[in-house]
Amino acid sequence: MIYVTRRAEFSASHFYHNSSFSPEENRRVFGKCNNPLGHGHNYVVEATVSGTINPTTGMVMDLKELKVLLDQEVVQLMDHKFLNKEVPVFADKNPTTEVIAVVIWNLVAPKLAHGELHRIRVYENPDLFADYYGD
Amino acid sequence: MVYLTRRYRFSAGHRLHNEALSPEVNRRVYGKCNNPNGHGHNYLLEVTVSGSIDPATGMIFDLVALDGIVAERVLDKFDHKNLNLDMENFRTLVPTTENLCLEIYRLLRGPLEDAGAERGLQLSRLRLEETSLNSFEYVPELEDRKKRNA
Repeated sequence: MIYVTRRAEFSASHFYHNSSFSPEENRRVFGKCNNPLGHGHNYVVEATVSGTINPTTGMVMDLKELKVLLDQEVVQLMDHKFLNKEVPVFADKNPTTEVIAVVIWNLVAPKLAHGELHRIRVYENPDLFADYYGD
Repeated sequence: MVYLTRRYRFSAGHRLHNEALSPEVNRRVYGKCNNPNGHGHNYLLEVTVSGSIDPATGMIFDLVALDGIVAERVLDKFDHKNLNLDMENFRTLVPTTENLCLEIYRLLRGPLEDAGAERGLQLSRLRLEETSLNSFEYVPELEDRKKRNA
């Protein structure tokens, strides 16, 4: 089994808020991330696909397919957007790094024609990332 | 299950030396790391926790709490210290980065898993870079899997 990874980047803003919490509770739980005007990050997404090497091509899959998929399903949806307000999937959930990883898995996994999605990794910044393996 | 990783930095000195070995063997085994005056590294620590996402917050664990525990249990204790001479942990244990990685895992596991008990938080992986060329990882899940397969 071989794992191949493709990286994509997008920049977006977000804030953390739960409308069922009081304003004080929101500030206490989410700290500076609760600023309703939002703040931004340069996100990096790594999609890792597992599979076997096709002896004819020497490849697990055509990585261009993964590049196009990440661009169509993720970058076009989220790049230069305010995630809470402009990306409907986050209308009722906080766009934390861990939730973004799960959302991206759900966008990419069903559209992958070759290989199997093994991991989605989302970096909010170089010192913070979330991994989701689909379960 | 989502795995969340946060990266931290600390700088410390050490010397690789085992009193039970002769000076010649120490020099042969540890090479330049056996220099009696010690030497230092900028360590990079990656702490990975896993758990279920709290539907109310969208988070598996509060990062401020994670930072607080790592600072209190590791960074405040190890940063700018001589691991061999300042730290009780390495009075008898050679402070190789393998041992340091396991020691940090032992220091963090209880406090993190207690603090995140509500969401079944687990300390899933600890990765320690000694330099950009050397890194060491402890992943108990992989050990369990190997034992199950054995």
